Amino acid sequence: MRFVDEFRDADKAHALAAKIAALCEPGRQYKLMEVCGGHTHTIYKHGLEDYLPESITLVHGPGCPVCVIPMGRVDDAIHLASQPDVIMTSFGDMMRVPGSGGSFFDANAEGTNIRMVYSPLDSLKLARQNPGKQVVFMAIGFETTAPSTAMTMIRAAAEGLKNFSVFCNHVTIVPAIKAILDSPDLRLDGFIGPGHVSTVIGCRPYEFIARDYGKPVVVAGFEPLDILQSIYMLMLQLSQGRSEVENQYARVVPWDGNIVALKAIGQTMELRPYFEWRGLGFISHSALQVREKYAAMDAERLFQVPGVRVADPKACQCGEVLKGVLKPWECKVFGTACTPETPIGTCMVSPEGACAAYYNFGRMNRSRVAEAAQVGRP
Amino acid sequence: MSRWIDEALAEHAQAEHEHSAHEPLTPAGRAELPLAEAQDREQQVLDRIDRARRRRPKVREERVTMSHGAGGKATHTLIEAVFLDAFRNPLLEPLEDAAALQVNGARIALTTDSYVVSPLFFPGGDIGDLAVNGTVNDLSVSGARPLYLSAGFILEEGFPVAELTRLAESMRDAAAAAGVHIVTGDTKVVQKGKADGCYINTAGVGVIERDIDLGVAHAQPGDAIIVSGPIGDHGVTIMLARGELDIEADIESDTAPLNHLVAGLLDQVPSVRAMRDATRGGVATILNEIARAADVGVLVSEDDIPVRAEVRGASELLGIDPMYVACEGRLVAVVPGQDAEAAVAALRAHPLGEQAAVIGHVRQEQPGIVQLKTAFGGTRIVDLLVGDPLPRIC
Repeated sequence: MRFVDEFRDADKAHALAAKIAALCEPGRQYKLMEVCGGHTHTIYKHGLEDYLPESITLVHGPGCPVCVIPMGRVDDAIHLASQPDVIMTSFGDMMRVPGSGGSFFDANAEGTNIRMVYSPLDSLKLARQNPGKQVVFMAIGFETTAPSTAMTMIRAAAEGLKNFSVFCNHVTIVPAIKAILDSPDLRLDGFIGPGHVSTVIGCRPYEFIARDYGKPVVVAGFEPLDILQSIYMLMLQLSQGRSEVENQYARVVPWDGNIVALKAIGQTMELRPYFEWRGLGFISHSALQVREKYAAMDAERLFQVPGVRVADPKACQCGEVLKGVLKPWECKVFGTACTPETPIGTCMVSPEGACAAYYNFGRMNRSRVAEAAQVGRP
Repeated sequence: MSRWIDEALAEHAQAEHEHSAHEPLTPAGRAELPLAEAQDREQQVLDRIDRARRRRPKVREERVTMSHGAGGKATHTLIEAVFLDAFRNPLLEPLEDAAALQVNGARIALTTDSYVVSPLFFPGGDIGDLAVNGTVNDLSVSGARPLYLSAGFILEEGFPVAELTRLAESMRDAAAAAGVHIVTGDTKVVQKGKADGCYINTAGVGVIERDIDLGVAHAQPGDAIIVSGPIGDHGVTIMLARGELDIEADIESDTAPLNHLVAGLLDQVPSVRAMRDATRGGVATILNEIARAADVGVLVSEDDIPVRAEVRGASELLGIDPMYVACEGRLVAVVPGQDAEAAVAALRAHPLGEQAAVIGHVRQEQPGIVQLKTAFGGTRIVDLLVGDPLPRIC
């Protein structure tokens, strides 16, 4: 299939893998973080780690929109959905995320009306069809999805729709990366930069990482060859002692981002003073809220949102996983008490979550797989 | 803190405590462990997960959720924890597509299935022929010759009679094509809003005339795994037919009766060990059922799995995996390795099996686990589906 198969060519992958291996200094260990959960998903789905030498470790980063939502926000959302005459809409990923009393699916079984949508615009359709109901869109995601929420609000305003609102949980990627760089737990050698976020914000916001922290960043696409090439570009920078921001995903990501999308965000939303991230705690200026001008579409203003802070379960180590300090399988409850069917932590829910990706795709011992491969096909 | 989390933690702590040989894990900072030691630790965790997966499933939810109908892990858990527990008997226990019964020396296969697909009419078929073909197929893959079907209708007040007539005609035609008769039935009507148009239940009986004993538990290392044609057509067709996605593709449901295809296969290759029709949960679910029931490993190759370009394209756009998407006219067969070629040839001799292919093998390594060699050249696991990307697909 065109535009897919050429990015999954095994021969090209073998060639790139050889070039990557040749750049590894003997005895040196490399830790590269893929910031974006979409990359984590691709890496596991295609078995990309099979191509990497043992000295390169991929560390999974915080860029999974569902994973960073704290339990308290899920509880708040279910509280909103439980109000009379409310229909809540949500991306499918959110449906199974556990709050302290259960997930959206459980809430629906108890009587709420939370519907899965593929686009926030579908919420407008629902609002038009149900004039007697308030349709609340559970907005989540980084700068990738914020523009579509913004455009939906702008369209709702233009149509004069009075029964549509947004429960805004949009977050921004740069403060999270900065929190990880400032965290003493982890020593990283470079970053595979988030591709889709960068289509909106461009590559410039990462320049501080290269300049101030001396770490190379390569903004990468989402096909397996994109990621492998980005790893090669990072290794090349490291071998030459450079730290720069490079754009592997230039076919989609403009260096300066998407001005129209940024304007739409700026028109409808503004930075919150602070926001709680699951496992990472409160990070200042790391999330967006609805602007005063669009107050009529702000579910947090329209309804009493309890805003109770729910501490993460003690056993749950999502924070360490999100920061890349722990590999998914190193979490105490991974795969036993916490599984995709009964997730405790958010990382086990979204297909972009590191734990779900590892559990669903990578749950095997790679050294044994390699041994088996040498023996030949069974 | 929420009760359910404490319960889950306590339950697994208890189970692991009983497994006393278990070594405690080291605290944080393990990423710095020497490689060999890290791999050992990883293996310990994998073993622990394996034990957890083999424990008796328990329904944690207080109410039924949509996940319980998705054909994945939640469905399995519900069936095993609620129904199997209540009805347990040796005929039910294998949880095959149909039960094999002995009646006065004759071997009879009995099955039932309910259909709630939305929309009722879709490219390539409707809920009527789906209800006939589905039950015919459950009997066929059990090695039976389908004979008689029942049909039960749950109708919503206000449902157009013209549409009901269309569905009945479509069921009549499907039964004729499969060579079965619909010989008994039932009709119920519920108030408006208490159902969605029309639901159909069919049950079927067939006779097992061959001297065969099919079952996924019979799979052995060295066996080949075959699919009878391109996968995922039905599920993607239904999804697009709902019109919620603004994607158009030239694609039809594969709904079809498999009894003649199966008869041809069994005539040529009587050594077939197991067959399943790949409905809800798709081919991936069947592969997992094989791995679990026979306690074997399964290795399949993505390159060898037939998928139409339209299905692949739609799946790529929607972020779903065709391996989990329902088919309604495809089967997965397990045959001894040396008979693989003959089996593929026998399937290809029938129009419904023209694109039959060997997609992988059963092996000793990694029992209980399905592995996929990706087209990209890596390896990964193919697990049972958890959530439900496509509710009400059949």
